[in-house]
Amino acid sequence: MKEARISTEELMGSGHLACQGCGATQAMRLALKALGRQTVLVIPACCWSVIDGSFPHSAVDLPIFHTAFETAAVTASGVKAGLQMRGDTETTVVAWAGDGGTYDIGLQALSGAAERNEDIIYVCYDNEAYMNTGIQRSSSTPVGAWTTTTPVTNYKKRPKKNMIDIMAAHSIPYVATTSVAYPEDLVNKFKKAREIKGTRYIQIMAPCPTGWKLDPKLTIWIARRAVTTKVYPMIEVTENGEKISVFKDFEPTPFNEYIKAQGRFRHLSDEEIGKMEKGVEISWNKLLAKEKMLASIPAMDTQTG
Amino acid sequence: MKKTIMGNHAVSYGVRASEAKVISAYPITPQTHVVELLSEMCANGEIDAKFIKVESEHSAMAACVGASAAGSRAFTATSSQGLLLMTEMLHWAVGSRLPIVLANINRAIGPPWSIWTDQNDSLSMRDVGWVQIYCESNQETQDTIPQAFKIAEQLQLPVMLVLDAFFLSHTYEIVDILEAEEVRDFLPPYKPEIKLDVNEPHSFGNLASPDYYMELRYMIEEAMGEARELIKKTGKEFGERFGREYGLVHPYRCDDAETILVCSGTVASTVRAVIDQMREEGIKIGSLKMRVFRPFPFEEVREILGSAKKVAVLDRNISFGGHGIFFQEVKSALYGFTDIPVVGYILGLGGRDVTPEVLREVADKAINDKNPETYINWIGVKK
Repeated sequence: MKEARISTEELMGSGHLACQGCGATQAMRLALKALGRQTVLVIPACCWSVIDGSFPHSAVDLPIFHTAFETAAVTASGVKAGLQMRGDTETTVVAWAGDGGTYDIGLQALSGAAERNEDIIYVCYDNEAYMNTGIQRSSSTPVGAWTTTTPVTNYKKRPKKNMIDIMAAHSIPYVATTSVAYPEDLVNKFKKAREIKGTRYIQIMAPCPTGWKLDPKLTIWIARRAVTTKVYPMIEVTENGEKISVFKDFEPTPFNEYIKAQGRFRHLSDEEIGKMEKGVEISWNKLLAKEKMLASIPAMDTQTG
Repeated sequence: MKKTIMGNHAVSYGVRASEAKVISAYPITPQTHVVELLSEMCANGEIDAKFIKVESEHSAMAACVGASAAGSRAFTATSSQGLLLMTEMLHWAVGSRLPIVLANINRAIGPPWSIWTDQNDSLSMRDVGWVQIYCESNQETQDTIPQAFKIAEQLQLPVMLVLDAFFLSHTYEIVDILEAEEVRDFLPPYKPEIKLDVNEPHSFGNLASPDYYMELRYMIEEAMGEARELIKKTGKEFGERFGREYGLVHPYRCDDAETILVCSGTVASTVRAVIDQMREEGIKIGSLKMRVFRPFPFEEVREILGSAKKVAVLDRNISFGGHGIFFQEVKSALYGFTDIPVVGYILGLGGRDVTPEVLREVADKAINDKNPETYINWIGVKK
């Protein structure tokens, strides 16, 4: 992995309102180190609408606009246009949403913004459920998981939605996943994204100990295991969706260990875990095949004019 | 320069003259012409604005909210279902104190599908906190846009212009077109003190505990209170500059009127024609057109209606289980000031014609019904 120079400047303060071991907090802290001061944040309803702190306080030393749940991408588009029209063309506008605000209620506005190739960075910090409202399933919740709306007697039967393919299908210049367990990767991807014009989508694996029923001291450990078990591949999709590169520089670790550490999977039998593991393996192999296949085809110029 | 244009295009010319910087909209009949012409104006450089062509009305208002929070003058237009879809973001604009201007072309709500006019879309937004101005002519429509921005930017509250579908939106009238150069003194460029700015970072709209929320709501109501005088002052200043003055209400032959018809929108012009005819017959009747609905012009309504013997309120809308909406408002304004009978008439829903004959029927009913037993009367319903 490429080393990163990570700024020692903290744009996020310590007086925030997050739970112990919150992955979303690390995600913000690291992302802001890459983005720097010339950044405006747009935050829809999500854990971060609370984490920021209550009026008149804010845990982040940047302009923030809190907006309605389903509007992160389009409010950010409006902010960018508003800044541009009053002569500020340099400021980076970042929509910062959770998985519910991205995969579910905000998907329409996000798709619209991406199709128009709005000049924004859209970040989804992914903790795989509606954590702020008390751990309800979202379409990002993985198969097999318990949530308060998928009780153990009827746990989640459908797989996690593939947001990366959805975003890549919009022919936008940059799509990536990263993880709070890989600060260099996270910072490098945000630095790279900051220099690109158009819609950039970055999804950050940000574990939620509260919702995953996990010891809060294990946040970074579990996020790293999500990558090394191939459950949450770290990838980059570039050239307007035409090229994929998958991070493979890791020692694989047992799937079982990842699952057993989290209370949200405690109800699963060995057989069910075995089935899930097979699913992960198939997805991983498909991803590698796609990476190889796309590498062999010249990228198409999707932009005209 | 005078041009013969449709009501929708009067909106577009008003926006051009106001030099809006960000426009965001989604198509819906009968509004679409407004933004079609604006997108053309943006494309050919007649107006220096960015047009964000969003995927829904909800997003149109969200884009305006973002643009306005970033310090740019923002505009959108919609109708009916579109306005309803925007509801959440209409609230967001108010709570964020953003001076967005929206033109709503009054269209009936489905189902059943209807593209024709009535006021239930805009009036169902009466408690949201937008200033609401009902226009009667194409000239007034164009002239109201720069006034709306001026009012909005001084109050830090959004303003909604309302015009009847087809009867105004698609009707061609001669309009004295405003040019940006002549409007600029009246409406200077928008330069808000508080905005999203990396040099002065603030968090907007974050969690407010019960210790703070109520005061923020009180301040919105205070601004609405100030709006009454400001709308009058702005309408007067516009009149001094451009020769066409506007106010909160428009009374017509009310001085010695025993019966006064309260109306709004395009119905008002037909009402005046009927009043002229009845005056010729020696009947003491007048009309009060409500130009501004929010803030409600309590004082003017009390003063003008207080001297009448009977008030008839014409509603092109219905609050199911609660009478016509203008009726409710007028009645509550008069409570404690006078005990004259106020009778409500529901008419013209879903674009049904409100002809001089229909209005004459209403006026005769209002005058002749000495002891109205019901205070809500449906006009022209086939039974």
